[in-house]
Amino acid sequence: MAGKKFSRTWLTPVVAVLVAFAIGAILIYIQGADPLKAYQSLFSHAFGSWSGIAKTLGKATPLVLSGLAVTIGLRAGLFNIGVQGQLVMGAFAAAWAGYFIHGLPIYIHLPVALLFGVAFGAGIGLIAGALKAYRGIHEVITTIMLNSIILALVDYLAGHVFQEPGQILARTPHILPSATIPNIFSMPSGFFFAILLAYGVWWVFQRTTSGFRLETVGRNKSAAWYAGISVKRSVLIAMAVGGGIAGLGGGIESLGVIGRFEPTFNTGLGFDGITIALLGRANPLGVIPGAILIGGMRGAAASMQFDAGVAPEIVDLILALVLFCVTAPFLAKWLKSTEVGAKISSGWGN
Amino acid sequence: MKKLLSFKWLLTLLLVVITGYFYSKDGVITSSVVSTALIFGLPLALAAMVGIMCERTGIVNIGIEGTLLFSAFVGFFTASATDSDFYGVVAAVIAGTASGVLLAFMSISWKMDQIIAGTIINILATGLTSFLYKQGHTAPTTSEIDIPWLSKIPFFGQVLFMHGPIVYIGLVLIFVLYVALFHTSWGLRSRAVGEHPGSADTAGVSVFKLRYLNVSIAGAVGGLAGAYLSLELVGSWDRGFTAGKGFTALALMIFGRWNPMGALAAAMFFGLTQAVTNQLMFSQIVKIPDQFVNMLPYILTIVVLAISAGKVRPPAAEGQQYEKEQA
Repeated sequence: MAGKKFSRTWLTPVVAVLVAFAIGAILIYIQGADPLKAYQSLFSHAFGSWSGIAKTLGKATPLVLSGLAVTIGLRAGLFNIGVQGQLVMGAFAAAWAGYFIHGLPIYIHLPVALLFGVAFGAGIGLIAGALKAYRGIHEVITTIMLNSIILALVDYLAGHVFQEPGQILARTPHILPSATIPNIFSMPSGFFFAILLAYGVWWVFQRTTSGFRLETVGRNKSAAWYAGISVKRSVLIAMAVGGGIAGLGGGIESLGVIGRFEPTFNTGLGFDGITIALLGRANPLGVIPGAILIGGMRGAAASMQFDAGVAPEIVDLILALVLFCVTAPFLAKWLKSTEVGAKISSGWGN
Repeated sequence: MKKLLSFKWLLTLLLVVITGYFYSKDGVITSSVVSTALIFGLPLALAAMVGIMCERTGIVNIGIEGTLLFSAFVGFFTASATDSDFYGVVAAVIAGTASGVLLAFMSISWKMDQIIAGTIINILATGLTSFLYKQGHTAPTTSEIDIPWLSKIPFFGQVLFMHGPIVYIGLVLIFVLYVALFHTSWGLRSRAVGEHPGSADTAGVSVFKLRYLNVSIAGAVGGLAGAYLSLELVGSWDRGFTAGKGFTALALMIFGRWNPMGALAAAMFFGLTQAVTNQLMFSQIVKIPDQFVNMLPYILTIVVLAISAGKVRPPAAEGQQYEKEQA
């Protein structure tokens, strides 16, 4: 029984990924390259060696967190497209705290720097949440606008105010050793932290009243209001927590992978989060396999270009097709499995 | 309502007086700034029309950004391959229509959540265009057409009658859409479908057909806006070069109360702020870092929404699926 339910839930995402890869193969073939060789290169570089796996998990870490941020929004009936901006803001704030604050031991400096990331990410999420709760402005527009505003803002901050001395590129100085996230057995330890957090979020939605409140608001606003749940408060909480988790993802990226803030990094992580959240069916644990798959593809795309002569942007296209196949109901109908369709608040007035 | 009407006229009067004052000071620069305002504002206005056409029949379209990006891409590379700006524009309009049909298919036939359907159009357009993009291509762009006699009128000649062809087509289209929406039976039926599809259905209007038709035509308008961006305004195509215009257009649509004239006025105001900022930067009167200049339209969008939200009412059936009742 449980097995049947499991396959009904997860058959659609799995087949969606396979269909997207098949369409991608046709496009690679049309371009005159060998799709088998390309995919073989992609997967052997992503999962074929310990160093490849370490790279994949490193890439997957911010993706787990951005997927979680989108998931929390979806559960509360919000479509948080602003994960990108929240993550970048967190990445900048954590990197700033990582190089600017001196003289602290690692067990204080590192958590403080990460908290900076969380706080700034949450702050950006809260702006969109407050505009939604108090002015009724749809979060899709505000978060997209905030993404662009933050992109310009951090470009200015890293390129002028907090630029590395003597540097032409827009980037901050390197973070101090006391703010660097150490690896465990040459595996990125941020990843394990992200997994723990995913379990934490799952537990909150599964076992606590706060999670239940958010979920009730997401399913039916008027029913939630009637039951005495504050819709405004739920919107604020969902956006702030989602933004904070996204900011943490950016912070881990800065402190564990890049070692500083550079605006040209971190692009697209937030948008992959949307694909991952929908692929994981808005289930906090469901984001993990999606994040590992996409992290692997992102990490190995450049090697695939070298081996098979396929443009790395094929990954963008495959991910777009994954998103299409996983949300469009034709696959689910054909497979007789449950549909993915997330309910989010359409329309501008509510 | 009366209070707002007087506010609107007061603002118009103020703008006319200010423009007149600057024109008496320096006619050349003032004409060029106002003309630039139209050039910057037009793609936003056209993109807002896409939103209005869809939402008036009850379909939310947040895929406008994707439509712009994709049709601008198809238009540019068709123009490049055929060495003809005309074929480029035609191809862009066809591409836009295709994206409209896809949105209609997802949101009407498949009954998908319309916000997710629009997001899919955006992400698909980004993925497809960045995969297919090849650097180093050039394409013929549309050339300016000065309307005889009219372009000789001082001020108005340069502002209104010395532009590329898509500006004229676009402006006429916006006026036609306004008249059609409020003074034809098609417009009445469309608005009825957007407000109360059940009643429209009872009165014999096919909700599905009209929604399909309008969303597809809206896609074509989006294609024209895309063609304008790559073949008339910028003259090239780059990854993500639409820079959120499709989303700003949605804000302008809301600010303009789902009325083509209102959205046009809002878009022109946006264009004007950009044109004035550019002029101030160019003549070195103020020095603001580029990044803050780039932020301006996004901040304005949020401010505009914060002002207009709660005071405007969207079409009632927007974003909802329509199920025909079984007898």
